[in-house]
Amino acid sequence: MAIEVNIKKNLGSFTLDVQFSAENTVLALLGGSGCGKSLTLRCIAGIERPDSGKIVIDGVTVFDSDQRIDLPPQQRQVGLLFQNYALFPNMTVEENIACGLREKLPKGEKHSRVAQLVRRFHLEGLEKHLPSQLSGGQKQRAALARMLIGEPKLIMLDEPFSALDSYLRWELERELLRTLSEFPGTVLFVSHDRDEVYRICDEIAVYKNGTIDVMGDKWTVFRHPETCTAAILTGCKNVAPAEFRDGVVLVPDWGLQLPAQPDLDSPTHLGIRARKLRPAVAEGPRTVAYTVVEEIDGAFSDILMISLREGKALLRWELTKEAHWAMKDGPQLVEIPEDAVVYLRD
Amino acid sequence: MEQILTLAASFDWSPFWISLKTGIVATIICFFLGLWAARQVLKLGPKARAAVDGVLTLPMVMAPTVAGFFLLLLFSLRRPVGAFLYEEMGIKVVQTWLGCIIAASVIAFPLMYRNARAAFEQVDPDLIYAARTLGMPERKIFWKVVLPVAGPGVASGTVLTFARALGEYGATSMLAGNIAGKTGTISQKIANVIKDGDYATAGVWVVIMLVIALVIIMAINYISGGKNRRQNRW
Repeated sequence: MAIEVNIKKNLGSFTLDVQFSAENTVLALLGGSGCGKSLTLRCIAGIERPDSGKIVIDGVTVFDSDQRIDLPPQQRQVGLLFQNYALFPNMTVEENIACGLREKLPKGEKHSRVAQLVRRFHLEGLEKHLPSQLSGGQKQRAALARMLIGEPKLIMLDEPFSALDSYLRWELERELLRTLSEFPGTVLFVSHDRDEVYRICDEIAVYKNGTIDVMGDKWTVFRHPETCTAAILTGCKNVAPAEFRDGVVLVPDWGLQLPAQPDLDSPTHLGIRARKLRPAVAEGPRTVAYTVVEEIDGAFSDILMISLREGKALLRWELTKEAHWAMKDGPQLVEIPEDAVVYLRD
Repeated sequence: MEQILTLAASFDWSPFWISLKTGIVATIICFFLGLWAARQVLKLGPKARAAVDGVLTLPMVMAPTVAGFFLLLLFSLRRPVGAFLYEEMGIKVVQTWLGCIIAASVIAFPLMYRNARAAFEQVDPDLIYAARTLGMPERKIFWKVVLPVAGPGVASGTVLTFARALGEYGATSMLAGNIAGKTGTISQKIANVIKDGDYATAGVWVVIMLVIALVIIMAINYISGGKNRRQNRW
């Protein structure tokens, strides 16, 4: 079960222009807010109409501006889990789930199908409850059951955990992972949380201003983000423009000069991973003197905002409480190891 | 005392029944027409929406006698439409109960339409989108999701429509006239007996109207909250 998307939609100040395809995988659309991730899902579901392009789901063209094909959402057979779950407030859990049945069934069969989904999503005893009487997790399970009873060809999840607090999030994430592993088709997962994306997805498409900046399997995208946007979204805290010349990189913003062997054609920026910086005891080719401008005391790790030599911009350095204590009396030297450095394009 | 007894014995209840029947039929007509119009208007773009909305709200804003004037122009037997209806189909609107219904419906319609529209606008569009992606037919979405969710607003619109239709005077008197036992509504009865100086009869009808009004207000308050909703006091 595959999906091919190639769409354009102009919204005045912003243009969505994305091309991608996915097959039997969990693809994350990762990006900041307002970069077109949700809009992409809505175009695929048929809720929004792209200005031009083509969408093919499982070999069926559901949208094609050249051939004037635009199937209504009812005929696209895709499941979309809304951010707020969009359960019908006037119906019980059971009635909500029954709404997802696509074909007309005799009463008995309908009932047993619904009961089956109720069991699968651990909603026993809640059949007659209204959505307003459910907890966040129960709402999500009810919405998933309602979506999956119609056997969609493709499922799309729009920030499914954004409405939950962090503890519940973790519980539901485990549950969702189990559900997704039982689903044979393609899953599109919209999120702005890199950790969530890394745990749940196989592939990642990084969004930037309505276009896909980088796309690839998650290991590659996290290890070699290639672009500034991908680097920032996958958790690289320090990114600055840089000049590269024969084996050396210069970062004017930080006042930094390092030996460099870029693994990327014509890089323009340098990224430094905040957790990979290390305190140094002696001068070396990869060490720099620094002064601490700000110390942020976090719950489990400390963050130092440091300034190097004559640099105007600050570097962020994250280290464990223990490491922070251990270097209290040492020289103010930081080592920037090779594995802390990422070479990037804008 | 004796006066009250004779009044009660000879009391003509027909205005009450005529008003009630008119109110009910007009409300039913407005209910479906109002819901339909509200739905259609929400499909329009902003400019067309403003224009159509204006036309549909007009009967509420202009004087009922002005509406009555236009209705007379339309349905008079000397006019093409009225003549056609009478000669081809045997339908007479002027000076008939049908006239009462049409006048009341036209005047009360905007209340239903506007309340329904406001209620529909409050429905979270994601509910409708979700229903569509689940494969529910549009008709089912409207009756099973939109209408129940918009329920309180639609219901209070219906009650207001009924209230307005029940008390309609201006357009009704022009189109249907005041024929006792046929088109004589409570409002027209009150105007009529006051003209004759019969304040006692007028008073009885006024009390009846006030009671109906009170019941209606209570009904609206009951429907649109109170019971299930948290009461915010500030």
